[in-house]
Amino acid sequence: MSPRLRWRKFVSGFMLTMTGVCAMVAVSVLFLILGYLAVHGGTSVNWNFFTKLPVPVGETGGGMANAILGSAKMLLLATLFGVPIGFFGAIYLAEFSSGSIAFVVRYAADLLNGVPSIVIGIFAYSLVVHPFRQYSTLAGGFALGLMMIPITLRSTEEFLRGVPNPLREAAMALGASKWKTIATVIVPAAYRGILTAVLLAFARVAGETAPLLFTALGNQFWSPGWTHPTASLPVMIYTYALAPYDDWHRQAWAAGLVLLVLILVINIVARAILSRGIAVPRS
Amino acid sequence: MATTTTIVPSAGPVAGSRSFLSRLREGDEIARMFTFLFAASVVLITVLLVFELWQGSVLSRHKFGFNFFRTSVWDPIFEQFGALPFIYGTLVTAAIALLIAVPLGIGAAIFLAELAPARVSDTLEFFIDLLAAVPSVIYGVLGIFIVVPLMRQYVQPALKLSLGFLPLFQGPAYGVGFLTAGVVLAIMVIPYIISVSREVLLSVPRDQREAALSLGATRWESTWKVVVPFARAGIFGSIFLALARALGETMAVTMVVGNTPMISSSLLSPGYSIAAVIANEFTEATGQLHTQSLIELGLVLFILTFILNGFARLLIVATSKRGSGMGHV
Amino acid sequence: MQASVRPALSVNLPPIVTSAAARETPEALAMRMTISKLDFFYGAKQTLFDVSMGIATNKVTSLIGPSGCGKSTLLRTLNRMHETVRGAQLRGEILLDGQSILAQDVTALRRRVGMVFQRPNPFPKSIFDNVAYGLRINGSKVPISEAVEKSLRHAALWDEVKDHLHKSAYELSGGQQQRLCIARALAVEPEVLLLDEPCSALDPISTAKIEELLVQLKDICTITIVTHNMQQAARVSDFTAFLLVGQLIEFSPTPQLFTTPGDPRTEAYITGRFG
Repeated sequence: MSPRLRWRKFVSGFMLTMTGVCAMVAVSVLFLILGYLAVHGGTSVNWNFFTKLPVPVGETGGGMANAILGSAKMLLLATLFGVPIGFFGAIYLAEFSSGSIAFVVRYAADLLNGVPSIVIGIFAYSLVVHPFRQYSTLAGGFALGLMMIPITLRSTEEFLRGVPNPLREAAMALGASKWKTIATVIVPAAYRGILTAVLLAFARVAGETAPLLFTALGNQFWSPGWTHPTASLPVMIYTYALAPYDDWHRQAWAAGLVLLVLILVINIVARAILSRGIAVPRS
Repeated sequence: MATTTTIVPSAGPVAGSRSFLSRLREGDEIARMFTFLFAASVVLITVLLVFELWQGSVLSRHKFGFNFFRTSVWDPIFEQFGALPFIYGTLVTAAIALLIAVPLGIGAAIFLAELAPARVSDTLEFFIDLLAAVPSVIYGVLGIFIVVPLMRQYVQPALKLSLGFLPLFQGPAYGVGFLTAGVVLAIMVIPYIISVSREVLLSVPRDQREAALSLGATRWESTWKVVVPFARAGIFGSIFLALARALGETMAVTMVVGNTPMISSSLLSPGYSIAAVIANEFTEATGQLHTQSLIELGLVLFILTFILNGFARLLIVATSKRGSGMGHV
Repeated sequence: MQASVRPALSVNLPPIVTSAAARETPEALAMRMTISKLDFFYGAKQTLFDVSMGIATNKVTSLIGPSGCGKSTLLRTLNRMHETVRGAQLRGEILLDGQSILAQDVTALRRRVGMVFQRPNPFPKSIFDNVAYGLRINGSKVPISEAVEKSLRHAALWDEVKDHLHKSAYELSGGQQQRLCIARALAVEPEVLLLDEPCSALDPISTAKIEELLVQLKDICTITIVTHNMQQAARVSDFTAFLLVGQLIEFSPTPQLFTTPGDPRTEAYITGRFG
């Protein structure tokens, strides 16, 4: 082996090893994050965390029950607002639309998807908060729902398009009208994919903080109804982590652990639903 | 010979010519209009968003004009608003992030696409996807409690000691600052670079690799000189995507950048970013001009990410088309 | 009405050796469908030229010809499935029981003219729900389970699936799936059943079963089948139409077409001188 070839082989082996190191470093971040959260937050995730209100500064203990409920309410609103628009919009794109309208809708959705979440917050503020002079659960849910729209829309459309054409033809040849074909054949055939898309969109906004800062604001107490400022888990993590109290830091870690576990579980479930097999064989 | 059939003249019934009424009766027309409303609302929302940003910043745009981007005084009391420190901070932190994330991300993507067996690659990609799902506020928490102390006690003193003669690494070690924000951002955008780059690398046709190997190239040479250049546009796409993410990222940056509107050549000094100042000041803005200036910053952010995302999409689509097109030959 | 429709078959179109069917089977032969002077376009490209023929009631009519001759296109116009393709346009007239199919409501038409496709395309539902599908969307009056059983029996599938009607249709073999699709089409009791190369994805044994089935089915409906397999046409059909680059070359009773073709191009095709 000539020295030159030996050198080239060495370079090859070295660089390839380095790429492996890069991959390991990248993946290990996930486990570092989980590890740190588990170590620092694990012991603080207890019954009180889920059931108690935050205590005033200086006292120790308390929990984040109001933030958990606030997040749940806003996510419910977001789902009710974002998913129908995404879902029916996707049906329009995949089944009814003609070229140029579809292009405009897709373009708008991609644009919306790329908007930084803080800008979504500004938008929701000027549309919902500013006119009523009131931070609210409603405004927070609206902001999160906006972010769910493009994710739901684009992936649902993709999954609807993935339904093989012969199934559409079979239904139509039996005298099914178009909307019956969609409702009884196409959507059922794509439901796993659609469910996955909705779950991923949900998980994505569940951890969003920036759009809530000036829509839901925050609250140390319960937020009755839908029209008052409300606490949420992500904003609570933010404010507690930046506060100068050890007991708050402890709770921020705990909240972070709860939030991350929730999001990762939803992600894993979503992917499992999809990989349990596409119901329709692709020919 | 006469027939009883009607021969329709050349105008003929057009395909799909079910009458509007029959489609209405079957419900198809209703379904079409119903779903159209939802699709149209997506466009409406997007247009409204642009309109609100534009309209909401009208005062500050008229008052400051281009000076908004050139001056660095941000004074709510005297109502002077110059965005330069925020723009500077945003660009610097994003640049640091890319400097770290690009080599690491592309390296990892090469490993996943070229070296790792399919099952290992898929498993690792699964973890990378999960990493991309971690909310930014959690990166912020880890940034404050883990990265900032590390930077203050070890990394920044070491940098000052070894490279302190450069203007980049001077001043006291705060822990927070441009460098720390850049590092945290890098960690956040790596998953995006890996996912998209892996995808475009996998779309490079097999024969490209085989051709290089058959000419006596080593595995690395075939990867670096043939496969990567083939996927170059798509990889750039992934970088633009990551850049757009980094510019718009709010929570993690707000938590570790130091929140000081300062233009400093030293990466160790605290700074600020566009997203961070919006997050911090929006609810507390007193005057209308203050709020409008913050909205104008939002508009700037929107335009920046809009352009970058557009570029990214073009590049990624171009590469995957090229790959699949060649693959079928 | 039949008398008034029949002449359509015997239109004297010079290049077509036609009217033989009408001559050989005189008054008894009613025409379920009549196609006259059909031209068909995909955008600017014309794929059918001036096709006229009849589909005899309770008989099997097969359409043969080399790939791209327009036989599938012709079949798909009979229940207007061509309308699912953008830019498709036709000129001419097609009658079903004396009425223009182009003038009627398309979903109603497709209930009367059922279709089975090249590849089995069961819905991702249970065997039972597949067959019941057409009944449910059309609001059947008869009890659904009875109708399902009847259709599965007609499709000669009942004995094989009666014990697991609620299993997914995808657990059936390819041949069974195709017979399921036939049962699904039969459930709405169509007057005409169109089959577009129904055996092209099947093994010889499954093919034989379906051929056998078609011969029995003509008692309950009128059948039109597109096939690329001449032997299949010869085995199952009463009438055969031979198409070549969009033109109907010859349309005669099957035995006649295969033994004494009237056109040299037909002879060339059936003796294998065409691909």
